[in-house]
Amino acid sequence: VRPWPGRKAAVRRPGQPRLLVPFTARQLDAAVLDAALRIAKAEDAVLVPAYLLVVPLEFGLDAPVQQQELERAMPILEAVELAARRAGVPVDARIERGRTPVDTLRRLWKTERFDRIVVPAPAPGHAGFSPEDLAWMLVRAPTEMLILRPAPDGGAPDEPEPES
Amino acid sequence: VHGRYRILLGMAAGVGKTYRMLQEGRQAQAEGRDVVIGYLEPHDRPETAALADGLEAVPRRRIPHGSLELEELDVDAVVRRAPELALVDELAHTNAAGSRNEKRYQDIDEILAAGIDVISTVNVQHLESLNDAVFELTGVRVRETFPDRVLDQADEVVLVDLSPQALQERLRAGKVYPGGRAEQALLNFFRLDNLSTLRELALREVAEDVEARRAPAELDELSKLAVGERVLALVEPQPRSQRVLRRAWRSAQRLGADIDALWMRRPGQTPTPEEATQLAAMRRLASILGVHFLEEEGDELVEVVRRVARERGSTYIFVGTPDERRWVEIIRGSLLSRMVRELPGIDIRVVAHRALRDELHS
Repeated sequence: VRPWPGRKAAVRRPGQPRLLVPFTARQLDAAVLDAALRIAKAEDAVLVPAYLLVVPLEFGLDAPVQQQELERAMPILEAVELAARRAGVPVDARIERGRTPVDTLRRLWKTERFDRIVVPAPAPGHAGFSPEDLAWMLVRAPTEMLILRPAPDGGAPDEPEPES
Repeated sequence: VHGRYRILLGMAAGVGKTYRMLQEGRQAQAEGRDVVIGYLEPHDRPETAALADGLEAVPRRRIPHGSLELEELDVDAVVRRAPELALVDELAHTNAAGSRNEKRYQDIDEILAAGIDVISTVNVQHLESLNDAVFELTGVRVRETFPDRVLDQADEVVLVDLSPQALQERLRAGKVYPGGRAEQALLNFFRLDNLSTLRELALREVAEDVEARRAPAELDELSKLAVGERVLALVEPQPRSQRVLRRAWRSAQRLGADIDALWMRRPGQTPTPEEATQLAAMRRLASILGVHFLEEEGDELVEVVRRVARERGSTYIFVGTPDERRWVEIIRGSLLSRMVRELPGIDIRVVAHRALRDELHS
């Protein structure tokens, strides 16, 4: 009998380095996630996956976000948390919002400390940060940034599905 | 006038969705309605093809694709034909490059907007929000997905059900795929465990859809009290509470319930800088989700929860896996057993971490 399964989980310690992995697309690129997990593991860091929500100007920034947007974010964060737990990396996920991806990031930087930021480079077929966003981040990021090339096939390996 | 949308949902290929769609089309035709086939995937199944006989099929749109020619649903032709009811198979299908819409469900939106009723079919594994769950449970990453709003906006979602064993029998009898392919399918996607999981997902999806459609506005005040739900998520300044709140929010959405989050601060407690960061993040998440964040002072969590649950009318409590010391549990009883004892009539759900299930199987 294992009385408290939670004890086996990766343990977070105060002052541990924090590795931010922001993403805006409908999925976090598998190659980027894999690299971020390996870095976090090697540096004994906490992984902070952050889903960046962009709120159009016609909506207030303090109003609840549309359910549809959130329904999209939740399974991705669940999957990232699952991968982190399996890799033995402590995780501290976020859903954050702003007017643009970089505005959202800026708001997050202002409120929380990060020791490294890992972002996917723009690539054909990958939604996410634009080259301009990355240039902005490189100039203004409060900490070291690592830009990674996404997987050439667009993410997690797909298996053929049956027809219906 | 917007057309009525009826979706036939199944756990996998071969349960009889297309067959049922055609049966319903024929029935409607027999009742005097003007019915056409907008798009049919016959899958080389003679029984299905036979059922389509006698139903008018709108010609498909041909799209050149290299040396091939692909066929897709011709939305404009269906709208021009203006039947009362159009049958359109496989709403999750991705249209050929060069089509006006990327996905067939978008084509269906246009047909519905033209005031034409639609019956369509789909398998549960294509549902976007279940994509990761299906991958995790079956090991198959489904590429063609459709957003949850499609099911939400349909007028009716009907489950076409078949037991996993019966579906395997149909496969063996060659009623779903031709010989060699059927054998391969039985060893892969159509394994009994996969089918059972997918069936459960389909059943759950339809059950939640029924729950979501229960119109609270039609209930009188007394009934609202009897069936209304209000969710209370217990959080603490810890990263794991983010997940508890997210899980609670998702369930609240499905229950059509309001949701509160409660953090109990001990008297005189000043959060450490790290706890303050976590609390701020928790408040931001609560604001994004439209959750009422409550901060209450108290010594005894169960007592505070009891008071707040009474004041807010909570019916459903979400809590993370307790991390109590064994000796505390022995002396005082576990937090969960105390909650169950002290909060009669309130459902309690413990949010565990999915990854821990791996250890069950190791």
